[in-house]
Amino acid sequence: MLQVIAPDGAVIRPDLLPDPATRLHLYRQMRRARHFDERGWVLYRQGRLGVFPPFGGMEASQVGTAAALTKDDWLFPTYRDTGAALTLGLPIARTLAYWRTSPHGWHMPADLKVLPFYIPIATQYPQAVGAALAEQRRGTRNVAMAFIGDGGSSEGDFHEALNFAGALNAPCVFILQNNGWAISVPTRHQTRATDLSRRADGYGIPGVRVDGNDALATYHVTREAVERARSGGGPTLIETVTYRIKPHTVADDPTRYRTDADNAGWDAKDPVTRLRVHLLAEGLMTEASEADLLADIAAEFEAALAEADSYPEPTPAEILDHVFAEPTPQLKKQREEILAEHVAQTQAAQGHKEQA
Amino acid sequence: MSAPTTPAPHPTTHRTMTMVAAINDALDVALGADNTVHIFGEDVGVMGGVFRATDGLQAKYGEARVFDTPLAEAGIVGMGIGMGLAGLKPIAEIQFAGFLYPALDQILSHLGRFRHRTRSRYHLPMVIRAPYGGGVHTPEQHADSPEAILAHTPGVKVVIPSTPTDAKGLLLSAINDPDPVFFFEPIKLYRSTKEDVPVGDYRIPIGKARLVTQGDDVTVICYGGMVEVAQKAAAAAQAAGIGVEVIDLRTLVPMDTDTVLASVAKTGRAVIVTEAPRTAGFHSEIAAVIAEEAIEHLRAPIVRVTGYDAPYPPFTAVEDVYRPNPVRVAKAIRQVMNY
Ligand SMILES: Cc1ncc(C[n+]2csc(CCOP(=O)(O)OP(=O)(O)O)c2C)c(N)n1
Repeated sequence: MLQVIAPDGAVIRPDLLPDPATRLHLYRQMRRARHFDERGWVLYRQGRLGVFPPFGGMEASQVGTAAALTKDDWLFPTYRDTGAALTLGLPIARTLAYWRTSPHGWHMPADLKVLPFYIPIATQYPQAVGAALAEQRRGTRNVAMAFIGDGGSSEGDFHEALNFAGALNAPCVFILQNNGWAISVPTRHQTRATDLSRRADGYGIPGVRVDGNDALATYHVTREAVERARSGGGPTLIETVTYRIKPHTVADDPTRYRTDADNAGWDAKDPVTRLRVHLLAEGLMTEASEADLLADIAAEFEAALAEADSYPEPTPAEILDHVFAEPTPQLKKQREEILAEHVAQTQAAQGHKEQA
Repeated sequence: MSAPTTPAPHPTTHRTMTMVAAINDALDVALGADNTVHIFGEDVGVMGGVFRATDGLQAKYGEARVFDTPLAEAGIVGMGIGMGLAGLKPIAEIQFAGFLYPALDQILSHLGRFRHRTRSRYHLPMVIRAPYGGGVHTPEQHADSPEAILAHTPGVKVVIPSTPTDAKGLLLSAINDPDPVFFFEPIKLYRSTKEDVPVGDYRIPIGKARLVTQGDDVTVICYGGMVEVAQKAAAAAQAAGIGVEVIDLRTLVPMDTDTVLASVAKTGRAVIVTEAPRTAGFHSEIAAVIAEEAIEHLRAPIVRVTGYDAPYPPFTAVEDVYRPNPVRVAKAIRQVMNY
């Protein structure tokens, strides 16, 4: 399992260290992701964010991988990959809107090829192969990156996608985030395989296992995979070995299925702390410059939150929007029904108010 | 195991239960009565299911009979088919009905036609349980009502309870049925009401509708999560002097057409309520049956109150627009009355 820096920040592979600016960039993105995760919990408890799946502790797995892409590449994230989407440039306000269940969270910026978070498991994988293939056929050097969990890698779609990508030499980078759990099911009950990166062998494509809590390592292997894909070398499967310390969602209670012994040791492997210690030791960051960074990030988040707060609530008939390019006669009729119903209910509500 | 369904015993004692507790109780009874019964799916073991429907069953019956599978619905159903072929009674849980889709190949290609394609040499006594429907603000795809897809698949039965007692009685009948049964559980009703449910092996036959309320003017046909909605609308109509007969179908396949037709013959008016999308839903089948067999009794066109032809909205603020509510049902009742 590749590591570039140890959990205590010490350099293991000096030859693989990215340049200082990249290291600082990765740290900033991890901090942004963590800030989202931490503020998200608070906002959820305040009723200002809906149920969302936390990813705190998986920042290196998401940031280090997504940071290897450019805005011309595709990103197919699962519900847990907020950190990856933010890294590629999904605006925080849109991301908040998504987890607030606002349609504004489904409108992806025109300059990004990032899909809304996928809720059904594994369906995104074959789609990423198609997007990658399309880029190749159109003569670009763009790639597609898709995320999945250890649980998701049991689905047939995962295996079909790997096979297709290999057979068709699609420029695809598959990230398999092995965070130890699929809701209550530990990976050892999910599969007898102990090294999920080796699943690539069965499809004739490279498989790489990397410390998913080491942002420099995830970045390094993903860059290599992206480069290989761009230059016609085909797909790669990258297993990022990490851990979901947090519950499956903010509403889940992991004490039902997990003990403290399961979690033991993972706090000490925290990806943010690891890179932080490294940057401080190398003199690339000081306590003071970090404080500025954190203040920046907090301000950016609060501004985004204000923007998300300003998005209007959807109107009732909006539930029928975007089903077809041109609404069918049936949808037009259904829209009229909703509008009439809405008017009637608003009038009834006003009547109540006037009576009161 | 191909023995016909045994007649329902007469229970003498009751216990107060929510629907999810009643389901758990039915599974407990089934596991206790027959060691060929096996329960499996995602998170059904230690966790007891995301809705706790299988809570405590692994602890009681062991990991061989109640077990977590890898995360793969096609695998769950396909494996269940093999287990059923080889002499077990598989009860699979699909975590949400909206996640049934990866398994559709196994269901459409095999589950429904195995008896037919082996001339009854093999049959599949399999039950697939899946929470379905909206009303509780779930994320995308967690609120789907795909019952029509299954009802349109020859060879599978479709059962949808609306009360704790029915959930227990119908589930035990489903488990004892020689053929595959889809058992959709309305998420909205899992914990919303409690009821005195018979203890022990209590069964309600598959294929018999339930008369929820009686009335002479309008027949409202519904099932699952829509029964309480229809009941509220019926109560309001009743207060305004309109007699509403609410029929809870309980079973879509086979459908109790006798009860539906007898009621429509009496009232001459039919309103059908479902939260599934409008086009090509099971409600359309009900309307077709009424049109074919009772048109001479109709005093007004049949009215459907349904979801819309759009994906179920994951937008909390407007979710309730999609799902029929008592106001919409009441309006449909007025519409057929005033025709
Ligand atoms: C097709 C499908 N089946 C079931 C689910 C319900 N479900 C949501 S998350 C989850 C566990 C996923 O585990 P994993 O793939 O390891 O990803 P993680 O949540 O750990 O990031 C399950 C079973 C789903 N969303 N889609």
